[in-house]
Amino acid sequence: MSENVLHSPLEAAHLELGAKLIPFGGWAMPVQYTSILNEHAAVRERVGAFDISHMGQVFVTGENHRAWLDRLLTNRFSKLLPGEGQYTLMLNEKGGVIDDLIAYRLSADESLLVINASMIPEDVAWMEKHLETGVNLRNESDAWAGIAIQGPDAATTFAKLFPNETLPPRNGISKTAGGEIICRTGYTGEDGFEFFCPAAKGIEFFNAFIAAGATPCGLGARDTLRLEMCYPLNGNDLSPEHTPIEAGLGIFCDLEKPDFMGRDVLAAQKQNGPAYKLTAIEVTEKGPPPRSHYAVLNAAGETVAELSSGVISPSLGIGICMAYLPAACAKPGTPLKIDVRGRQFAALTVKKPFLKSTQSSKKTSA
Amino acid sequence: MSASEIPADLLFQNSHEWARLDGEIATVGISDHAQAELTDVVFVELPPIGKTVDAGDPTAVVESVKAASDIYSPLSGEVVEVNPAVEGDPSLVNTAPYGEGWIFKIRISKPDQVAGLLSPSAYGALIS
Repeated sequence: MSENVLHSPLEAAHLELGAKLIPFGGWAMPVQYTSILNEHAAVRERVGAFDISHMGQVFVTGENHRAWLDRLLTNRFSKLLPGEGQYTLMLNEKGGVIDDLIAYRLSADESLLVINASMIPEDVAWMEKHLETGVNLRNESDAWAGIAIQGPDAATTFAKLFPNETLPPRNGISKTAGGEIICRTGYTGEDGFEFFCPAAKGIEFFNAFIAAGATPCGLGARDTLRLEMCYPLNGNDLSPEHTPIEAGLGIFCDLEKPDFMGRDVLAAQKQNGPAYKLTAIEVTEKGPPPRSHYAVLNAAGETVAELSSGVISPSLGIGICMAYLPAACAKPGTPLKIDVRGRQFAALTVKKPFLKSTQSSKKTSA
Repeated sequence: MSASEIPADLLFQNSHEWARLDGEIATVGISDHAQAELTDVVFVELPPIGKTVDAGDPTAVVESVKAASDIYSPLSGEVVEVNPAVEGDPSLVNTAPYGEGWIFKIRISKPDQVAGLLSPSAYGALIS
């Protein structure tokens, strides 16, 4: 790994647990501790703990900040009450995605943006470039450790560590008596929360969550879990070349807002239909795992796209992948082929997500 | 790194494949160390029977969740048999790398290449 790689405040705990570290978004992060498949299953069936310290935290204050976030981001931030959060996107002038993030209204007059690790410098530079009077930014990304607790047993795990605290509702945010931040969000499709504490206390909390029953999980399982839900990964499935309309994230773009960065492009695409659509594709015959950059062919054998993400789904046992397909072949049920080292495997476009029902949703609906 | 098992009756090469010689037939697989590094093998691409390979040629592909790895033939020869069991259950490469998780067999054409492979102790030194 290069010398300027960044290190998580939890790294010593990872090494103690035998994790394999890989470079990710400029950071050395655990890809797995024992087995991606076991870690994946732990989250779907019980509860897992992920280090998300690499993610960025930008606090926003000032009397103008909520109106400013409405202009900077796609979703309508100003409708959030204190304690609420929402998935949203930051776009360039062409409507392309700079980053996807979760914006929380932490209190009446303070908000928190949780942004992708690899994008922290670019996001902050973009926000500073478009800053307005009455808005203050504090990039505290280095000050916080982050731990995502995910799985059907996440709430009971929380109760073991914080018997006197209440989890915020879905997409909500709250602070504990000790000042740690709890967000009822995640990237796995399961119930769970994302926990932020001062960097120096990260290992203590990480080990406490593990002692309370959470399985330590790496980026490998994070990737298989999120792709089963069709959650996009910036850099793979999102890019400055594609808009959120093309990515199928139109519901997070409030076109009723009079103006926000990229709005005109999105409005035109919504009216005319996007030329490309980020589409879920299942490999329908037994074969090797689909992976990003593999070619996608239509029924006529013409290359129409390359995969943006792909894995063998541990839950479903089949190859699952996504690609920006021309609208003509993006309809569910369209037969395609995936080229793997010159061999072609039959595939079919399907409705998102791949995994229709998770353990958590089964539990809550029961 | 925990110690990996290294059977005494095998020969190895630097890229972590093993060969078990029985006359002119060499059975080939990947080492316990290699499967531990890969973890969770989810797919094995086998070579066609009858394919002629040179020592060092990529001959099969073993894929874990995160990566595809070429398997290089340790010896020159003709592929005479492949292991259908690892197509059906790729995790055999993890659970029995020296047994049921073998990948292909070749009829060797250059027996003098055998002397160039690593002994179990030399391979043990390589991965320690």
